[in-house]
Amino acid sequence: MSRPEDILPPDLFYNDSESRKYTTSSRIQRIQSDMTHRALSLLDLHSPSLILDVGCGSGLSGEILSNTADDGTPGGPHVWIGFDISSSMLGVALEKEVEGDLFLADAGQGVPFRPGTFDAAISISAIQWLCNAETSEDSPLGRLSRFFGGLYASLRRGGRAVCQFYPKNDEQKKMVSQAAIKAGFGAGLLEDDEGTKNAKTYLVLTVGGGDLDGDITGVVRGMDGVDVMARPGVARGAKRGQEAKGSKGWILKKKEQMERKGKVVKASSKYTGRKRRVQF
Amino acid sequence: MKLLTLNFLTCAIKTCKSAPSSFPLHPRDASLEVIETDLNLPFLKNILPRLMWDELRVITSELGLPDLPPTPPTREDLVVAAEDAAVEGEESEEEASQTAKDLHRVLLETTVKEGKLVCGNCGHEYKVLEGVPNFLLPGHLV
Repeated sequence: MSRPEDILPPDLFYNDSESRKYTTSSRIQRIQSDMTHRALSLLDLHSPSLILDVGCGSGLSGEILSNTADDGTPGGPHVWIGFDISSSMLGVALEKEVEGDLFLADAGQGVPFRPGTFDAAISISAIQWLCNAETSEDSPLGRLSRFFGGLYASLRRGGRAVCQFYPKNDEQKKMVSQAAIKAGFGAGLLEDDEGTKNAKTYLVLTVGGGDLDGDITGVVRGMDGVDVMARPGVARGAKRGQEAKGSKGWILKKKEQMERKGKVVKASSKYTGRKRRVQF
Repeated sequence: MKLLTLNFLTCAIKTCKSAPSSFPLHPRDASLEVIETDLNLPFLKNILPRLMWDELRVITSELGLPDLPPTPPTREDLVVAAEDAAVEGEESEEEASQTAKDLHRVLLETTVKEGKLVCGNCGHEYKVLEGVPNFLLPGHLV
């Protein structure tokens, strides 16, 4: 199977004829709309929101975002802002008079919005393009980290992002999800029709905080008298059996270590590593 | 590009990220266009707390639009007080007030069609053509 990423950079590959082909092909339209609906269901939006569409292309997914709730867009109609690197694609979107705002920008250069702008972000078949660097001064890792770093900052607390992409291999899948985790996202990979030719990979990203509050599944949302016990910060704390630095146990352990090395160590007493009282 | 978007957009250059003057971007030689859309009251309510009102006022005055009030409207200002509905206890459609209509006009219907966006920190100019700003940067600025 040929991969367009391996042929040319995206701004050159999607020229006028390729953009038109992409947009008018009913097969691509159907696949894109299926994936957009799937991504929307993963975003779990309940009210009209501000959404970022990364790699919006000719606005195939944007049109669905602008639909009302009656037309099958949950929580719609949403207001969206899209960016794409291919000017031909954006040209097609302009002709179609899509409702969202369009930008000519490279996702690998970051996301130029102020912190906490978006309720959610969506990206359909785009971020595999970030795994290719076209100049020697750029690297796929750098592009991915700039993108996810910018995306993380521009989403509000408790926001979500769903990125559908076509990874070339497992290595690339790992590279993308690792870059997202490094940026601070809680990331999960979801695969539809795994192992078939129609396999679709979705990277589901969550930004902690806000009204999410530990309840990522949303099962107990709106229920009275239910406390969510899992606190993400607690689980990440000190490993069991490891003393906190500066504590009495830690000092005794260090003294023992030094003694074993043959260093001169002061004898331990009841004063060793004791807590000092506040002076006033 | 809607004025709403302009209220969220910052300079894309790396060295401007930490500078407060990189937001908002100032429109220059801008030609505006009004594109009518349907009023979306839940969206306005959702987006209202996230707006930077002072910066919005700066931009509207730079564009020569009528002055906005000095304080941002609250969510209550956006709906017409409908006491009858509360008495009946039924959920009825909330009606948008004149404030909401004005806000919708400014944020979602007024768009920048042509012109430039200039960063207040580094002075980089982003061209806007047919309502599409160009945020592609040369490699050394990323």
